[in-house]
Amino acid sequence: MTTIALPQTQIKQPSRVTVVLRYLRRNKSLAIGLLVILFLVAFTVIGLLTINPKDAYPLAVRSKQPPSGTYPLGTDFFGRDMLSAMVVGIWQTALIGVLAGAVGTLIGVILGFTSAYFGGLIDMVIKGICQILTPIPVLLIQVVIAASLDKRSVTIYTMTLIVVLLAWMGPTLVIRSQVLTMKERQFVSVAKLSGVGNLGIIFGEIMPNLLPFIVSAFVIQVFGAVFASFNLSVLGLGPLREPLMGNIIWAAQGQAAFFNGWWWWPVWPALALMLILGALALVIMGLDEFSNPRVRRSE
Amino acid sequence: MTIRFVIQRLLFLVLVIWAASTITFFIPRMSNKNPIRERLAQLSRTGGFAPADMEKIVASMSEKFGLNKPLLEQYTDYIGGIARLDLGVSLNKYPKTVWELIMEALPWTLGLLFTAAILSFVIGNLLGAVAAWPRAPTWLRNFATPFVILQGMPPVLLGVLLLFFVGFRLKLLPLGGAYSIGIQPSRTIGFALDLIRHQILPALALIFGSVGGWVLSMRGMGITIQGEDYVNFAEHKGLNGITIFRDYYMRNALLPQVTGFALALSSLITSGLIVEGTFALPGVGSVLVEAIQSNDFLVIYGIVLFIVIAVAVLMVVVELLYPLLDPRISQTN
Amino acid sequence: MKPALQITDLQVSYYTDAGRATALDGVSLTLNEGEKLGLVGESGSGKSTMALAMMRMIKPPGRIEGGKVMVGDTDLTALSEEEMLKARLSKIAYIPQGAMNSLNPVMRIGAQMVDAIKAHDPKADKSDLIERSLEALTSVDLKESVFKMYAHELSGGMKQRVCIAISILLKPQVIIADEPTSALDVVTQRQVMETIDRVQDKIGAAVILIGHDMGLMAQFVDKVAVMYAGRLMELSSVREMFTDPKHPYAKALISSLPSLENKGVFQGIPGLAPSLLRLPGGCAFHPRCTHVMEVCRTVRPSLDSLPGGRKVECHLYSDEVVTFQEPVHNVKERV
Repeated sequence: MTTIALPQTQIKQPSRVTVVLRYLRRNKSLAIGLLVILFLVAFTVIGLLTINPKDAYPLAVRSKQPPSGTYPLGTDFFGRDMLSAMVVGIWQTALIGVLAGAVGTLIGVILGFTSAYFGGLIDMVIKGICQILTPIPVLLIQVVIAASLDKRSVTIYTMTLIVVLLAWMGPTLVIRSQVLTMKERQFVSVAKLSGVGNLGIIFGEIMPNLLPFIVSAFVIQVFGAVFASFNLSVLGLGPLREPLMGNIIWAAQGQAAFFNGWWWWPVWPALALMLILGALALVIMGLDEFSNPRVRRSE
Repeated sequence: MTIRFVIQRLLFLVLVIWAASTITFFIPRMSNKNPIRERLAQLSRTGGFAPADMEKIVASMSEKFGLNKPLLEQYTDYIGGIARLDLGVSLNKYPKTVWELIMEALPWTLGLLFTAAILSFVIGNLLGAVAAWPRAPTWLRNFATPFVILQGMPPVLLGVLLLFFVGFRLKLLPLGGAYSIGIQPSRTIGFALDLIRHQILPALALIFGSVGGWVLSMRGMGITIQGEDYVNFAEHKGLNGITIFRDYYMRNALLPQVTGFALALSSLITSGLIVEGTFALPGVGSVLVEAIQSNDFLVIYGIVLFIVIAVAVLMVVVELLYPLLDPRISQTN
Repeated sequence: MKPALQITDLQVSYYTDAGRATALDGVSLTLNEGEKLGLVGESGSGKSTMALAMMRMIKPPGRIEGGKVMVGDTDLTALSEEEMLKARLSKIAYIPQGAMNSLNPVMRIGAQMVDAIKAHDPKADKSDLIERSLEALTSVDLKESVFKMYAHELSGGMKQRVCIAISILLKPQVIIADEPTSALDVVTQRQVMETIDRVQDKIGAAVILIGHDMGLMAQFVDKVAVMYAGRLMELSSVREMFTDPKHPYAKALISSLPSLENKGVFQGIPGLAPSLLRLPGGCAFHPRCTHVMEVCRTVRPSLDSLPGGRKVECHLYSDEVVTFQEPVHNVKERV
């Protein structure tokens, strides 16, 4: 067997950006999802810079106008300019989503982690609470909470709080099961044997491996928060003045919008929210493909 | 299925009901809102009596509703009431009780939810099973894809769009309500058809929103089952494709889906309530939305409790029924 | 008398992303009524592919490229899909390897037997179906009560016997038993093999026993066929195979069997089995053969008939070839 001499070329490492872009080309779900989110962000940012936010509130402009040059998305019964309303509404929805998502994920990580790592009674209590609360449709409890509040004191921040209060169970259970499997894995035992203390193991060994799950859990929480806040507002429990999609649809249906021919009133918020939720769902599917090697198609 | 298992599940059920009742009891009371005062304040804004008298009325009604008693006593009364299915009275539609209001609206809700749940389970699982079956024609296998994309969308949004395109633009189906304005309810086929026409779009919205979930989970199940030895052996026996699909593939793949049914029901119920409320269908959802608007708190809490209990009961029922379907379970004691 | 099974020049390939893998490369063999053939070979030698090919259950990316599989008067390779469905179980039956999971967990045993008969005989009435199933169960030494049971209520050996019972429901001419005892303990193994023996005797079928347990082979079969890299290397009577194997590969296999006389240090066969994507030129075994000759590298030996009905694919024996077929010696004798 003769050996073949290889030319001494440097193997060029592709730049980080190229690697990411190449992956996105294969993971279409993630790519499209991120693209739509980017579009929405651009829409909102440009919107906030160009429109007058006051127009998103009642009695700002002429009411009941169909889409036209002056009002590209029309206006509603109460005198909101729908375009401004969409811009402000999407921004507020994003705020609620990200805020509730972040807090929910944080609680989930802390609780799930504590439950799994330290085990024992704490684990039983946390697990037990999660299990008992699972059959209860979360929306209904949120309805109780929201209905008990003074209508005037409901703001987007109170909504965020209500959403978070009942959303932490999901990520807690997921993080808990992941940490449980990791606890037994060898790299943790090796670290322990090398004398690394508990905190070192937590932050040095387990956290880095949890990262993909935490990111996944976060996006799922954002999705859930947007979904839940929409559900509450479409029942009439939201901060009624704000142009949240659910509020607008609730108000539109309350005024029999379709019967009166004002189709643009409920349709834009519906489309906008479908875009937001759809994009988030695509990102979730894409992330799942990324972190779950079995689902991943050949590299 | 052991007695121990049954008792375990029933205890869990009681625990869930207790937890839900306690939550619905304490949360409202945490906010210093006195429902009677709120309601009367609202009435006085619209209708006409002096605020001075109001305090007297509040005091007497509070007495009547037991809001003056110590908290613990109120709590035990409350729990006792739930056990007797006494959920209180409606402030808005006094003297109708909450229970009466729910019962009047329930048949509509049941009809809508039942149809939507059964149809989306059957269609979704069938599409999912076919999507995973390599011998099915490609067009049929891809038929499920649009539904998968829609999965996760709140049915209400799908409803708005359906209303827009089918009801508003194409004027094919009605835009809301239970039956057409001006028609008198009667026991005729014509009326029944009118009823159904009004339910179609909301039902479709609910179905489209939940089918995707079944398709995805059944497809995953199907891929696993296909690889099983007994499906292979069935082929060795010379059975034809349809028999294998039905007896060896579906019957095994469907079993785990049944446990998912109860959970999916819970989400379907909440979506259903919202759809009803938004499209003015005469079900429990509309009662809820109206109660929210008119601050009829007891109705709100009553409906919440009712649904929570209903869902919990359904889940336990499915859990207890499952061993009857899967011969492997009943044997393990 | 027509042989029960006649395979002529069977070719099966798998078209993978990495290329075309030749799973069976022109295999021919004949089996008479009542004969038992043991098919041995290492993993990848093609024995399971043979079974699948005979049942015409090769799925894409695999394909039967050529050859004939005749069961009695019928050429299975020429049948339509529907006719083949009918042929399965009625002409040629298959006993699966892992009986553990081969029975539908949610159907009663009886139902799984009845649907097999019904698929071939749709007009049969219910009591007839039940009777035939019960008869099959008793012939494999199972109680009639098994009919109503579920798979998880049976032990491994019982499940395997149910599979055997299913295979004889329609009294096929050929039965393929694909490693039927690999997951069983030794005692149950014996029971299962005796059951196969008995039922085969009763209905006079020809049996192909696929496996790699030479000891088991020795006790139950009449002829042994050794496969390697998708080719049939040697076909001899069981006595001849164990006492005087001809093909170098077969020789190596036999010499690696421990016995009371054959003690000492055992050597494996050096080298690895070839990848089916790139078979060596000439004889597939030549890279590992201790008797390799120049011709072996370039010319594939043909399957030659030797005295006594033996067949060998090896250049070493080209001068011993006989021109007419003698029946294999000592059919009923055991080693």
